[in-house]
Amino acid sequence: MPWTRDQMAARAAKELKDGFYVNLGIGIPTLVSNYIPEGINVQLQSENGMLGTGPFPFEGEEDADLINAGKQTVTELPTTSYFNSADSFAMIRGGHIDLAILGAMQVAQNGDIANWMIPGKLVKGMGGAMDLVGGVKKVVVVMEHAAKGESKLLQRCNLPLTGAGVVDMVITDLGVFTLDKSGGGLTLIELAPDVTLDDIKSKTEASFKVANTLTQ
Amino acid sequence: MNKVYADAKSALAGLLKDGMTIMAGGFGLCGIPESLILAIRESGVKNLTVVSNNCGIDATGLGVLLDSRQIKKMISSYVGENKTFMQQFLAGELEIEFNPQGTLAERIRAGGAGIPAFFTRTGVGTQIAEGKEVREFNGERYVMERGLVADLSIVHAYRGDTEGNLVYRKTARNFNPPMATAGKVTVAEVEHLVQPGDINPDHIVTPGIYVQRMIHVPNATKHIEQRTVRKRQKADAPAGTGGDI
Repeated sequence: MPWTRDQMAARAAKELKDGFYVNLGIGIPTLVSNYIPEGINVQLQSENGMLGTGPFPFEGEEDADLINAGKQTVTELPTTSYFNSADSFAMIRGGHIDLAILGAMQVAQNGDIANWMIPGKLVKGMGGAMDLVGGVKKVVVVMEHAAKGESKLLQRCNLPLTGAGVVDMVITDLGVFTLDKSGGGLTLIELAPDVTLDDIKSKTEASFKVANTLTQ
Repeated sequence: MNKVYADAKSALAGLLKDGMTIMAGGFGLCGIPESLILAIRESGVKNLTVVSNNCGIDATGLGVLLDSRQIKKMISSYVGENKTFMQQFLAGELEIEFNPQGTLAERIRAGGAGIPAFFTRTGVGTQIAEGKEVREFNGERYVMERGLVADLSIVHAYRGDTEGNLVYRKTARNFNPPMATAGKVTVAEVEHLVQPGDINPDHIVTPGIYVQRMIHVPNATKHIEQRTVRKRQKADAPAGTGGDI
């Protein structure tokens, strides 16, 4: 059975290491904060200017001055710090954030990612996505393997890029791939329960290798 | 020199001209200089280029300047929450220049710091880099981006003294401090107006040199775009509110 959104988030949470500073994107990546493993302490960065982002507030305790990058009300923690937008992206661009987990429309086997615009459709803007994929130490994409029957894991992206050669790992509902950006391409390292290698091959347009240590 | 004006209209008097560039602080509707935005609407100044991370939502924040068709061009990173924006954009009445959010913030910071251009890895290999100089440093490719300055910056702060020294509150800080540095004239609205010496100098975020005019907005309306909450469990203590500013 393919993984659910929550199971994909739980799998992504295994990439967290103690002491990491992490930026989580909107959608499935936000769910990752519900699955932080026991004994692992991470600080979540919100690119609007907050490190140490806490959970949603209790009803009645919402503060209009305290939001995350998705413009949702959040809370502060004893570890929280605030800073301006230029400092926030200095932190991101400067390689101080250990991990970004974000969604995508397409990922290519060379590490390219497209997640900000579809030509001919309304363009809302890239927000901080281009800075994040270009700046953080490790980029993990969490996305459905296919949309409307079309593979989202491709030889080449055909949508405008958010970043070129930037993705390190892709977690889909069918499995987990690592990505060697220096030419080694995609390697399948895990299959979701009851998903076969043939299933995933038939649903993937990108070329990929299969790890000797493939697990399920 | 007195920096404190009676209201937003008088603080903006003599500063507004058709075709000018205005930077407006805020992220979404958090930390926006709403009183000053409303006074700009009342002034009727038009053909504005507005630099702001977002463009408000319909009928709120910078959205009011769209409704009144005073904006010619936006320089932003994300404008997703605004139907009026999309209608005017699709009708060819509004220009948009999208900047990656960190590039936008750094362009403003650089502008305020007298730096005309800088190189960043953000956007290399994407359409953002098209037509711009790309140069290699230490084996990595970087794209050149230009510093940004404005004729006028409008910012919102939590507390300010009459010298223009400003302190912000939580994530309402966002683009306000860099924008305060990048306006030829900066007008600040502050929720709490205090006397020099009332703010610990170690805590000042924007030194008064960057602020030419200011107004007191003791009852500023604040908006929440996405009200997200959790249910209280019995054992949960109230959320911490942190130290006083």
